[in-house]
Amino acid sequence: MSRPRPEPVQVVKQRRDATLTALVQSIPYCEFLAIEFDRRGDELTGIMRYRETNIGNPLLPALHGGATAAFLEITAVIGLSWSRLWQDMESGALSLDDLENGQLPRLPKTIDFTVDYLRSGLPRDAYARARINRSGRRYASVHVEAWQDHRDKLFAQATGHFLMPQKPSV
Amino acid sequence: MSTDQIKFAQQFIEAIPHAKALGMTVTNLQDGVAELEMPYDDRFIGDPDTGVISGGAISALMDTCCGAAVVSHPDMNGATATIDLRIDYMRAAKPGDRIIARAEVYHMTRTVAFVRATSHDNDPDNPVATATGAFTAEKTS
Repeated sequence: MSRPRPEPVQVVKQRRDATLTALVQSIPYCEFLAIEFDRRGDELTGIMRYRETNIGNPLLPALHGGATAAFLEITAVIGLSWSRLWQDMESGALSLDDLENGQLPRLPKTIDFTVDYLRSGLPRDAYARARINRSGRRYASVHVEAWQDHRDKLFAQATGHFLMPQKPSV
Repeated sequence: MSTDQIKFAQQFIEAIPHAKALGMTVTNLQDGVAELEMPYDDRFIGDPDTGVISGGAISALMDTCCGAAVVSHPDMNGATATIDLRIDYMRAAKPGDRIIARAEVYHMTRTVAFVRATSHDNDPDNPVATATGAFTAEKTS
């Protein structure tokens, strides 16, 4: 009747954080834009740190629409990969050593991406969360919201479709 | 392009820190049409397995190119901002190759500019991505 004893908290955290770090660090463009991810359980929040090179209009100043679009797209791609990785990560099918050696599953490919610019991006940190509306065997549809000071005052949102990587057939 | 137009084009890109950081250059900018290039750079990689440039970097190039087309429109007065931008990714850009983008304003109202853009990596008939967008505008009266 008794359930198996749960794993120690540091084991669980180490596994999840190492997986996320390996995933994010594998993408050079994250570093270029100063994008990182914060994790609470399986929930991810993308953070784009303020950096002068992400500015598009220096007079206002405002973030470049392209930096905002890239931030939203990367948040969607990482969110999708993360949700696919979760099961393999928790079951132990994914080896941490492989991950740290850069042996990561293929990333989803963007088919299309539509960004809605709601207000200008201020020269400060920005945050984003992705919601997977549908994730099929082949295609996925993801919505992403980005904000700065107030969670309910979005400065941009986006919807995109993605081609999912196919697991190698055995 | 005339000397004045070349000067305007260079100033336009120099004034945008993000475009400068991505190494963008303007090759044509007049009458609501813009052509921009972005070099290949390892820092722009989005797919580590293949070395393919991040879709985000292509978005930045297309957004900048569309914005440039808007401000170069003869009826346009002042600056612009993106209202919305949709990008279709046709195929992966070839690793190592620069990306060339071309945008044109196909309709302009008193307040909105409608823009189309395509980008390719040397063969204009085989685009890497296409975009359509709406931008804020202020028409000279």
